[in-house]
Amino acid sequence: MSKFKYLIDGIVKNNPTFVLVLGMCPTLATTTSAVNGMGMGLATMAVLLCSNMVISLLAPVIPNKVRIPCYIVVIAAFVTVVQLVMQAFTPGLYETLGIFIPLIVVNCIVLGRAEAFANKHSVGESALDGLGIGIGFTLALTCIGLIREILGNLSVFENKFSSSDGMLVFVLAPGAFLVLGYLMVLFNKLKDRKKKA
Amino acid sequence: MEYLIIIISAVFVNNVVLSQFLGICPFLGVSKKVSTAFGMSLALVLVMGLATLVTYLIQNYVLINTWFGEKMDITFMQTIVFILVIAALVQMVEIILKKINPSLYQALGIFLPLITTNCAVLGASILVVTKEFAAKGVESHMMNLGESVVYSMSLAIGFGIAIILFAGMREQLELSNVPKALKGTPIALITAGLLALAFMGFQGIV
Repeated sequence: MSKFKYLIDGIVKNNPTFVLVLGMCPTLATTTSAVNGMGMGLATMAVLLCSNMVISLLAPVIPNKVRIPCYIVVIAAFVTVVQLVMQAFTPGLYETLGIFIPLIVVNCIVLGRAEAFANKHSVGESALDGLGIGIGFTLALTCIGLIREILGNLSVFENKFSSSDGMLVFVLAPGAFLVLGYLMVLFNKLKDRKKKA
Repeated sequence: MEYLIIIISAVFVNNVVLSQFLGICPFLGVSKKVSTAFGMSLALVLVMGLATLVTYLIQNYVLINTWFGEKMDITFMQTIVFILVIAALVQMVEIILKKINPSLYQALGIFLPLITTNCAVLGASILVVTKEFAAKGVESHMMNLGESVVYSMSLAIGFGIAIILFAGMREQLELSNVPKALKGTPIALITAGLLALAFMGFQGIV
């Protein structure tokens, strides 16, 4: 039971987007629709899960001084794998996400979890942590993507529910900042209320 | 003339932070004071110029080249190679700067390690070798070495302009009475959103 705490922690208490405020670039750039957000979230989750497991196995062997470059190589290798897989099986999504797939390497969430969690815990725990954080990230991205899509394009998961035009600004760059900003306000408000109760 | 178009396009129209979403972490992290924002952007111009120079050469003369009598294209190694090169380059710049210009090192030193994880550097290096440059009045084409370096340095200057403007606003925000739930990151994001809205006005210039 206690092991599952790691999984749940990643989704709520350590939510990478709303609590840790990490990995902002893909969060803002790829959430033009719910599907894109989810694709980015899942790609990051795959990298996070694999890199967490491998790093937790390698941690005892890696000398402390060169650990960061070693982690980066491991992460970059998995990013390349994900990149090639996506290019083969989901070429459309690969095109839309574009440069942000290779940029998973410099996503602070992945390196952050390697440094803060994976190198001190067992393989199983690291896998659960990677999965939890990954799910938290995916949920946050899907949520932001969904809101932007509904407001900007009047559609849900690419099914248009109205034939008129939406507020285009929410699909464009400024909308990303505004939606994330207001979602964080909501998150803070709910957390505050919970604390008071 | 073409260089001018590249510069305007990179600094204003395709602003790296506000329209391409690269380097958001430092944009939110080191924008509390105008002076630190200035130092960060100066260091970024230096590193992005150098990084693009090196990665461009690696892409075109190492990853795509004739090895062992056979023409090879190992660009799938791009991500791994570029990030390692950038990490090493930043370390090297730090060491060299410390030796030859200690006063500049004092000013920029603390920002240099942070730059490795700035996705604008890796992002720009990948962009210039994979995407064609397209603008009004210019035929879309792959950028050559000179154009690539100018393009990514202009991106860094665009980052500088955005972050310095933003830091100025945040200094004012510190003094104003912000509702509790909006304090910190949320109000910063909303401010950035409005700034991005303003930068959208540049769209269509080139």
